[in-house]
Amino acid sequence: MHKTRTDQQVLGTQKIPTSSIQRYIRFTLPILIGITALSVPPLFLRGYLLDVVILIVFWSFLGSAWNLLSGLAGQFSFGHAAFFGIGAYTSTVLLVRYGINPWVGMLFGAGLAALAGSLLGFLCWRYGVRGPYFALTTFAFAEVLRLFTNNWTFTNRSLGLQVPLIGGNSLLAFQFELDKRPYYWIIVAFLLMALGTTIFIERSRTGYFLRAIRDDEDAAAALGIPIMRYKIVAMAVSAALTAMGGTFYAQYMFYIDPTIVFGAHVSVDILMRPLVGGVGTPLGPVIGGILLTPLGEVARALVRTPPEFLPFADFIRGRSGLDGLLLGIILIIVILKVPQGVIGWCEYRWRQR
Amino acid sequence: MLLEVEHVSHQFGGLWALRDVSLQVPEGALVAIIGPNGAGKTTLFNCIAGALRPTRGQIRFAGRRIDGLPPYKIARLGLTRTFQLTRPFHSLSVYENVLVGTLARFHSKSRAEAKAKEILQFVGLADRAQRLASQLTTADRKRLELARALATQPKLLLLDEVMSGLTPTETGSLERLVRTIRDTGVTIVLIEHVMRVVMGLAEQAFVLHHGQLIAAGPPQEIVRNRTVLEAYLGEELHLADGRAD
Repeated sequence: MHKTRTDQQVLGTQKIPTSSIQRYIRFTLPILIGITALSVPPLFLRGYLLDVVILIVFWSFLGSAWNLLSGLAGQFSFGHAAFFGIGAYTSTVLLVRYGINPWVGMLFGAGLAALAGSLLGFLCWRYGVRGPYFALTTFAFAEVLRLFTNNWTFTNRSLGLQVPLIGGNSLLAFQFELDKRPYYWIIVAFLLMALGTTIFIERSRTGYFLRAIRDDEDAAAALGIPIMRYKIVAMAVSAALTAMGGTFYAQYMFYIDPTIVFGAHVSVDILMRPLVGGVGTPLGPVIGGILLTPLGEVARALVRTPPEFLPFADFIRGRSGLDGLLLGIILIIVILKVPQGVIGWCEYRWRQR
Repeated sequence: MLLEVEHVSHQFGGLWALRDVSLQVPEGALVAIIGPNGAGKTTLFNCIAGALRPTRGQIRFAGRRIDGLPPYKIARLGLTRTFQLTRPFHSLSVYENVLVGTLARFHSKSRAEAKAKEILQFVGLADRAQRLASQLTTADRKRLELARALATQPKLLLLDEVMSGLTPTETGSLERLVRTIRDTGVTIVLIEHVMRVVMGLAEQAFVLHHGQLIAAGPPQEIVRNRTVLEAYLGEELHLADGRAD
């Protein structure tokens, strides 16, 4: 049906800019700026600082994946470590025991995680396990997997698994021991994929349905939306992406064990960034990642070698956990005062003016 | 008959909220279900709309059994309900709220968008389309609830106390809208407490009391019915501003 101008004036629906200069400013320029910003780190940074940047993007990616299920669809997960670990263990076990290429293993891991997540989601949502109870169930699920892999000889129990070094860099083998920059490009590609998926879904019919389900599941069902179907789709995509992050981690750190990949701290780390940055918004996890990851690193460095002028420098030197304490305090403040996160708060102020 | 409720009973634990309720609604009708608080009206709605599976009995819509079907399937068959306490999608705008409904109904996105705008004009919310649903007045929320229900192109609308919480002016305005909706061919079943609305809108009234149907007939007769009056007067009175004289 042809949109009349009266319709647009009355309803205030946005017009897509048609002049080429407007199009340049709205779309091309931000993309160029984004590409430039992304290209800077690997050009100038090495060693520890490059690691930090990789971690920023890494956690933003995982947060983005989590966001699909817990932000957009509103099904808060407290156990995404389960999918992270499934990804890490699937690809690493396949590599170590059967020599299967980690890229292939990554796909298997993603598939397995999607399956596991769908099953978990189906069982929960079919039998009325919602909201905080669902969150607790996901937490328990991750714990069960941790205990399981910790006792299973097939996964080498608590000893964990080491990714065999081939010596040097190889894209095919998904290892870059000498020069870590390819890790950066790969994780950036992952993040862009997650962001692209999020934005694409958000604008589609699925996105509208997921947000409706998030806001009021029963009202959505009363309109004829098959809520189970859509929740499972969100869960499957979220789990698959998270699992890919697990494989990346294994290939980046060269060592995994049940606690490292299935531990509760992983689930918390995953959800922290979107929570602080803005749950449910595409850029929330990225903002959160940029803010929190360096903070965590600074806190860790501070306790390792505290500056001498601090009166309690002797007390904190060598102790650990300051980063956890700081992040915990930030989480509490955000949940109490700014639950909509940085982006939500900015949007709120924007609307007020 | 578009809607047939046959000997429906429903139990919550040890309590029978509905006992052997039977009624029929012909196509194109506008009927009301009334009764004192706690009579089982919303439970009956929930059974019809699929939120509950009736312990006993059958419910048929356009000849097809719907008891036990999940709510979304019943909505897809053309039976849509609204909620007593309005439940807008609070993070979406008024327009997007209705769009969710039309997207669920139409495969084509452009058709869904066009229909959503059409519906907003029809209910009178077009000039507030971009506002966040959570920022609407009560009267507008009721309109939005109606608009969203209409988005699914229903054959039958279940309206749960759509007039509650409104001033007399707002009530009159909404009454007109409901009548207009009925005139487009939609069958309407209302739960209502405001007797004036029942008298003004409904052709038939069904009276529930303690989960049982105690009377059925045109509203003018119902309000003179002895059993009905005893039911209301024996409980906490809530006959707004429409007492029979």
